[in-house]
Amino acid sequence: MRLHSGDVSLFAWRALKGYPARTLLMLIAMAIGVAAVVVLTSLGEGARRYVSAEFASLGTNLLIVIPGRSETAGINPSTMMGETPRELTLDDAVSLTRSFSVRRVAPITVGSANVIAQGRQRESVILGSSHELLAIRRWQLAQGQFLPDTDLDLATPVCVIGSKIRNEIFAARRAVGEWLRIGDRRFRVIGVMGSEGRSIGVDVHDTVIIPVASAQQLFNQSSLFRILVEAKSRSAIGPAKQFVVDTLRERHQDEEDVTVITQDGVLATFDRILNALTIAVGGIAAISLGVAGILIMNVMLVAVSQRTAEIGLLKALGATRRQILVLFLIEALLLSTLGAALGLAVGQLGSLAIRYAFPLLPAYAPAWSVSLSIVVAVTTGVLCSLLPARRAARLDPVLALSRR
Amino acid sequence: MIRLEKIGRDFRVGDQTVHALNDISLQINAGEYVSIMGPSGSGKSTLLHLLGLLDRASSGRYFLNERDVTGLSDEQQAHTRNSQIGFVFQGFHLVPRLNAAENVELPLLLAGVPVEERRARVARALESLALADRAHHKPDQLSGGQRQRVAIARATVTEPSVLLADEPTGNLDQHSGMAVIDTLEALNARDITLIVVTHDAAIGRRARRRIKMVDGRITADQTGHHASA
Repeated sequence: MRLHSGDVSLFAWRALKGYPARTLLMLIAMAIGVAAVVVLTSLGEGARRYVSAEFASLGTNLLIVIPGRSETAGINPSTMMGETPRELTLDDAVSLTRSFSVRRVAPITVGSANVIAQGRQRESVILGSSHELLAIRRWQLAQGQFLPDTDLDLATPVCVIGSKIRNEIFAARRAVGEWLRIGDRRFRVIGVMGSEGRSIGVDVHDTVIIPVASAQQLFNQSSLFRILVEAKSRSAIGPAKQFVVDTLRERHQDEEDVTVITQDGVLATFDRILNALTIAVGGIAAISLGVAGILIMNVMLVAVSQRTAEIGLLKALGATRRQILVLFLIEALLLSTLGAALGLAVGQLGSLAIRYAFPLLPAYAPAWSVSLSIVVAVTTGVLCSLLPARRAARLDPVLALSRR
Repeated sequence: MIRLEKIGRDFRVGDQTVHALNDISLQINAGEYVSIMGPSGSGKSTLLHLLGLLDRASSGRYFLNERDVTGLSDEQQAHTRNSQIGFVFQGFHLVPRLNAAENVELPLLLAGVPVEERRARVARALESLALADRAHHKPDQLSGGQRQRVAIARATVTEPSVLLADEPTGNLDQHSGMAVIDTLEALNARDITLIVVTHDAAIGRRARRRIKMVDGRITADQTGHHASA
């Protein structure tokens, strides 16, 4: 005798409808498990995407040259602070432009100073760089123009200000063309930055950008904080990095005393860390699926106990052990699938709520976590129902019929 | 046809063995109407369970329609129950969440009968028991007599050769009980072998053949005229 799959599903569905409280309890348990996995992995994925986007905002095909050698630790306090026996200079930056692999080079000097205009004063970050910085960082101008395309060692008294500086210092008045005092020097405002906001390490709104030579004079230093190098293409990143290392070693008395970080390298590291984090939180959430499975097992055991007379009847009517087993397993399968679908919907709504509450965080559950949570939920539900289903299948029909 | 040869059924209760049935030898021909009576503990229900292949004998042999069914596997027993035996229980044993038609449909569903054929056979079974207008009623919306008629429809929908009724009127008032017995007798008139286990002497007397059991043994086996109720 062979039960038709449609009939089995229909019978299981009627059984689930026949005990609404029990069904609802198990659906909720399974749904919570799946929803937890979906929401937590979407948070992890959101963090990963956010960091990726932040690094992408640095510019594409980017290499960051940092003074000092770091062989094992990557970025460490000394390299971050620029403590090194040999400085990076403007000449070093100029030398890095002489390669087919390199598209653009922007030297960076950073400091802070009082910014004064129209009787208003503010302490701001001063970024010394060149006109290439705009293209490398993919920034947009709101007004005016960016730094002029001149020799790097030419200290032109011009500046480009962030929108916050513009609002705080100049308020409603026009800023472009006005003079701005930075420390003890005067700079004419030639542009206002757009609304990129905070990009790793730099809050563009609250920054004044001046020519690198002007910044070196302002802060009385000849060294550079960083050199940003943009390779011509993704495939040119490797050759460009080798060129940077070789050129600077040659210029620094055959000593390799710089660290070159590729954007891809940093991104890959963060990607690995955040992927591991996503898997970890997904795994923790998956524990709740196990708990849901145990609940299903308990409730199914109670169901077998409550439905003993019905099982006896089915046996009297000619149901085989295998048929009873299949009926209970299909019931569990149906329940787990419905619970997983409900959990998926709740989880996606949760992710949507997170994206709504935190627009910066692209909290989308990764496809692997969605499919895995459904597979784990259904598998757990069915496996945990094996024991009750086998118990039902093995019931003695005479004893089962005598139970009411 | 049913033939039992020296059937015994023992149960272990603690460290003692209880002989529920002792050397029962019996032949029931196709189409017979048999009542089994006896006091509680006489073994009549145990005998009915053995006849219905819900239980296994400890000794002896059982032939159903000339086939030795004593050593059938669980699966073969289930198949035989489904195709050749119908049960009517004292407590009706209807599934409360299913309506009358769905309850009657169950044995056909287990047999894998296609849905269209199932519907037609269920409709015929309900119609023959004057339950067509109750097809979509749940058991708690039916009277006791109607519930037992639904159970009879379920027992006969597979067209079994043997109908086993265990105290079929035990939960019914006298009027409904007699109506159920009339229904069972009408089925017997269509050549279904009818075996009724009952405490009620009036019901038992209506059978053409009356078997009396005491302490797991057949003490009387009478064949006579259909007694009036």
